[in-house]
Amino acid sequence: MKYKKPSRNFITYAMVVVVFLLCELALSGAIDGFKMSRSLKGQLVPICVYIVMAVSLNLTVGISGELSLGHAGFMSVGAFSGILFSQFLLYAFPDVNLEIVRLVGALVFGGLIAGISGVLIGIPVLRLRGDYLAIVTLAFGEIIRNLINCIYFAIEGTSLNFGFLNPNIAGTMIINGPMGATGIKKLATFEVGFILVIFTLIVVLNLINSRSGRAIMAIRDNRIAAESVGINVTKYRMLAFVVSAALAGMAGALYGLNFSQIQAVKFKFDTSILVLVFVVLGGIGNIRGSVIAATVLTVLPEMLREFGNYRMLIYAIVLILVMLASNNPMLKSMLESIKGKFFKKSAKEGDQA
Amino acid sequence: MIQFLSYLLNGISLGSVYAIIALGYSMVYGIAKMLNFAHGDVIMIGAYMSFCAIQYWSLPPIAAILLAIVVCTALGILIERMAYKPLRSATSLSVLITAIGVSWLLQNIALLIWGANPKSYQSLVSFGALTLFDGQLHITSETFITIAANIIIMIALTLFTGKTKMGKAMRAVSEDKGAAELMGINVNATISMTFAIGSGLAAIAGVLLCSAYPVLMPTTGSMPGIKAFTAAVFGGIGSIPGALIGGILLGLIEIMGKAYVSTELGDALVFAVLIIVLLVKPTGLLGKKIHEKV
Repeated sequence: MKYKKPSRNFITYAMVVVVFLLCELALSGAIDGFKMSRSLKGQLVPICVYIVMAVSLNLTVGISGELSLGHAGFMSVGAFSGILFSQFLLYAFPDVNLEIVRLVGALVFGGLIAGISGVLIGIPVLRLRGDYLAIVTLAFGEIIRNLINCIYFAIEGTSLNFGFLNPNIAGTMIINGPMGATGIKKLATFEVGFILVIFTLIVVLNLINSRSGRAIMAIRDNRIAAESVGINVTKYRMLAFVVSAALAGMAGALYGLNFSQIQAVKFKFDTSILVLVFVVLGGIGNIRGSVIAATVLTVLPEMLREFGNYRMLIYAIVLILVMLASNNPMLKSMLESIKGKFFKKSAKEGDQA
Repeated sequence: MIQFLSYLLNGISLGSVYAIIALGYSMVYGIAKMLNFAHGDVIMIGAYMSFCAIQYWSLPPIAAILLAIVVCTALGILIERMAYKPLRSATSLSVLITAIGVSWLLQNIALLIWGANPKSYQSLVSFGALTLFDGQLHITSETFITIAANIIIMIALTLFTGKTKMGKAMRAVSEDKGAAELMGINVNATISMTFAIGSGLAAIAGVLLCSAYPVLMPTTGSMPGIKAFTAAVFGGIGSIPGALIGGILLGLIEIMGKAYVSTELGDALVFAVLIIVLLVKPTGLLGKKIHEKV
């Protein structure tokens, strides 16, 4: 049978590329009146970061079916290891200093360390199921945050000094316990963010459409049935979990290098929840939905800035109303009927073409 | 030794607060099978209500506590009616996100009314401290009252769920909603009742928590909320004695960890112990084992 590549992946890529080009156009200011506000400009890298976070969390929550409440934990591991890597290169080899090497190296290193911690955390976590799995991921997220608050790294010449609960180490501080990482040389750019988004989409979409991805979804739908046809349940659940962790680590590294200083508090439970909200509002298991939701919901608080103190209130109310509306049986059936009409039409058009 | 005794009492006292909050989580989870993340913020609202009652309206402490309980109970029922009831048949993830929305809503309402600046909470249960062993051991009245309140609440709830009609209905609904409905139990009323009790307990917990740790902010409830949730899972979610044991153990681990291991690592220790317990007993200390049907 001839294999036809699903066109909806193409739409996802095209959408991201078009938005990227539009943003670049607005940034260059080539067209009058088509410019970006300052606050929105500052949001470009965080938007890329949150897209990657949402897509990678969707791999765990939507495709693999495990509710994870500790995704920000992997983000912080990636952020701090990425910062460490980049700052180490900066201080140890000041002569050979290519920014792009440091940035890409930091992303890869951050992803690697987050992936390793994903394996370590995945071993105990994936033995559990349902709400218990969720609470343990939450616990790991908090543990990671606590541990980072106790870690001290300093650089002396080309050697790296490490202290745990012990701030008295020689050299220039890179990671300074509860004070976090300070004096970071900002490296993150929108372009690299865009490349990371595309990379994430390629990894996740291809994983979903592969043999492994189908195995992962089979486990999600019925673990026992999947096991009985010979799918290695542990292996595939672990695969999804670790890929998701590594991507979150890369996003974290990019996020960390977007600021001149960052503390572990930035990656607390609320951040995990925020990303989970993106995933749920975008549609569980729907990658394109995650991309759109992450973008819109990162921009929305900026747009609501004119409401001042009321903006988070509005955000919360909108969130509740959307959840109520999307689960309202009457509205649901109405939407279905509209969808039905729309799709019938497009199906007819498809026949003619 | 005396030092240890003092930590022990502090641990049990903090653990009692966790246990009272955990009860709310546990009962709601048992009956509605949902993680009510807004529970921590109900605690915060309760604390603010009692704070206002004392500070602005100069009510006596008992009236302040009663007011907090009434407001939180009403709030609990309101939240359940408005946000959770329409989602009875929705996926658990939708309900979870709605609960998070409610949590943000409550935090932001508090932010708008009372501002972001921390308020220093005046203890409502302060009657001086008991001094033992030639002044080496101080036991504050807050410690006493918290532990006593915990014991009273536990006994009352055990009697309530065991002896009264409503309590039995609660247990029936948590065991099998459909069958309970067929037996003529009003499931909706029972669930509302559970939320009411849980939120009322949250108000008490808020007063006790802020009496012992007198900093009140819109985010005051979130960390104790998460820890109490951990306590509920620790003891086996859905079980009343489980919440008690989980809460007290958690409080003890936290205080002892901070005292003897490291201040920074206290929270990490709490969560590490939770993970170890769940790996050995995946449904918590007193949780029921669920058999999977093929």
